[in-house]
Amino acid sequence: MTESVLFYLFSLAAIVAGASVITQRSPIASALSLVVCFFALAADYVMLDAHFVAVVQVLVYAGAIMVLFIFVIMLLNIRETGPTPTGVISFRAGVGLAVAGLLGVAVIAVLDSVVHKAPAELEPGYGSIKAIGGALFGGAYLLPFEAVSLLLTVGMIGAVVLAKREV
Amino acid sequence: MSEFWTDMLVVVLRCVFSVAFVMNIVPLMIWGERKGAAYIQDRPGPNRAPIDIPNPLDIPRLLSAALSGGKLEFKPVVSLRAAGLIHTLTDVVKLAFKEDITPDHVEKFYWFIAPVIAMSIALCTFAVVPFGDTFLGYNLQVSSLDGGLLYVLAMTSLGVYGIMLAGWASNNKFSLLGGLRSSAQMVSYELAMGLSAVVVFLNAGSVSLADITAQQGEALSILGIVEIPSLNWNVFSPFGLLAFILFWVAVFAETNRTPFDLPEGEAELVGGYHTEYSSFRFALFFMAEYANMIVASAVTATMFFGGYNLPLVSAAFLRENADMVLALLGFGAVPAFLTLAVVAWKRRGRPFYAAIPADDPRRNEPAFFTAVWLGAAGAHGGLGVAGLMGGLAGLSAMTGIEGLGPDLLVFVLHITALAVKVLIGGWIFIWVRWTLPRMRYDQLMNLGWRYMLPIALGNVFCAAGWIILRHELFA
Repeated sequence: MTESVLFYLFSLAAIVAGASVITQRSPIASALSLVVCFFALAADYVMLDAHFVAVVQVLVYAGAIMVLFIFVIMLLNIRETGPTPTGVISFRAGVGLAVAGLLGVAVIAVLDSVVHKAPAELEPGYGSIKAIGGALFGGAYLLPFEAVSLLLTVGMIGAVVLAKREV
Repeated sequence: MSEFWTDMLVVVLRCVFSVAFVMNIVPLMIWGERKGAAYIQDRPGPNRAPIDIPNPLDIPRLLSAALSGGKLEFKPVVSLRAAGLIHTLTDVVKLAFKEDITPDHVEKFYWFIAPVIAMSIALCTFAVVPFGDTFLGYNLQVSSLDGGLLYVLAMTSLGVYGIMLAGWASNNKFSLLGGLRSSAQMVSYELAMGLSAVVVFLNAGSVSLADITAQQGEALSILGIVEIPSLNWNVFSPFGLLAFILFWVAVFAETNRTPFDLPEGEAELVGGYHTEYSSFRFALFFMAEYANMIVASAVTATMFFGGYNLPLVSAAFLRENADMVLALLGFGAVPAFLTLAVVAWKRRGRPFYAAIPADDPRRNEPAFFTAVWLGAAGAHGGLGVAGLMGGLAGLSAMTGIEGLGPDLLVFVLHITALAVKVLIGGWIFIWVRWTLPRMRYDQLMNLGWRYMLPIALGNVFCAAGWIILRHELFA
């Protein structure tokens, strides 16, 4: 009972923060709204027994990536973005609406296939670090996991090469 | 009381206790900082601010005077200076009553929430630190999260927002530079910090701080020959020691303490991120710095120094022999307090007391402290007698709650052990601050990325290799 109330509260917070990301004029306010959104999502993960994902969400997204975003915004000292087009719906807004509509249809389709099923019973230790580690390093996900880490390394080396003029 | 309300009460008590634990050490650390700096620089340090204690016989008259709005004049029996401890109190009064100035050019909303973020994140981090063995079956830990240590790392990474926002919202270049330095520094040292913590995960086979502490409470076995009870601390393994050194250096960077206190480098940045803050908003930043240090010491103690565990004595042993332990500690403390009483009494002969007039209430301070220490000696003697007479077992029998007495003793001893470890960590913070000069920014980045990160990474590989090897060899 308490958990589901909290779940909906945090979901609402995530949605409000998400909307605030795209409606705020100042980039810092947008970035901070995104941090709040990540935080609310992390709380939702906790309610869904995914403690590890929740902590990593805060650690990686809110704590590292967003810090770098805000760092860049502060370094460039962008105070406010230019005026947004008003009046007639512009071409950009039209494309955005179309994409959002398509996405909405997809989300409803997916939800429709899931929402009628009874929730699965959680096995003990679900979402724990042991379970996730077992799945990532000992189960079916080993190859994708290693492939992704290789991809990240490639990206990192690429960034270093691009940023450093004389290697 | 229904089960639900009991649980709620326990949750609230845990939260209150953990916040109180941190907030009570804060003034002590501020005092320690001032006295420590004075000690290192060979000067007396704060020792002037007094509290005037009225004669107890005078109190009814003063009360009636206060109620009727009359003048509160009294001749104090003793003017208590307590080696400068009162200065912390005057500090709080000063900061609370100073004018709170909001400059016109700040970004109001972010400027207001920045100190709140700094302080609340510092206090939240303590939530996963266990501060004692189970008490009547309840865990002494606000939250026994499965990912305990990861939560600590996540919270530290959020701590940067307070400083960053303060620097940016202050809308001046010095504050902004301070905020930028701080965020770059904290992001850089987080990696070394996380990687050195991995060695502890590997040793314990768990990320939960409760498990890590429990595992360190086991016996330390040296090559299977000697077994030392309750000393399986991570710092006593070679990889653990290296991890501790790396972690401790990273902690200095994360808490923005010297030699890494570039975010507030007063020589070039005025006050850094808190230049524009005054009154209690500044106090929040000031307290957050100390709260961060205390929490960092507590986490380090929990990870590497056995947390609340006492060296050489396990919790089970304490519970079994509770009354004997109480008697030993009670009688053992008596000579210590008597020595303190003698030291306090002898202070009367100091030149300071000879130089002030005979009716100056400051003259009575040594006598006051002699009485305090004698009282403490008496109280501990009483505890010793209670222990001899089986007082703790009696307490359990009297209240009808099984194990209350021994659990109370274990709780007090464990929380004291943790507090002592935290204070030692705090002293190292102070000691380093008044010993080492500030690093240059490029030196800071070099140390973090080119030395600490590779060493921490190598340490993780070696520790993992050693654990596999040990498993193959001895199991």
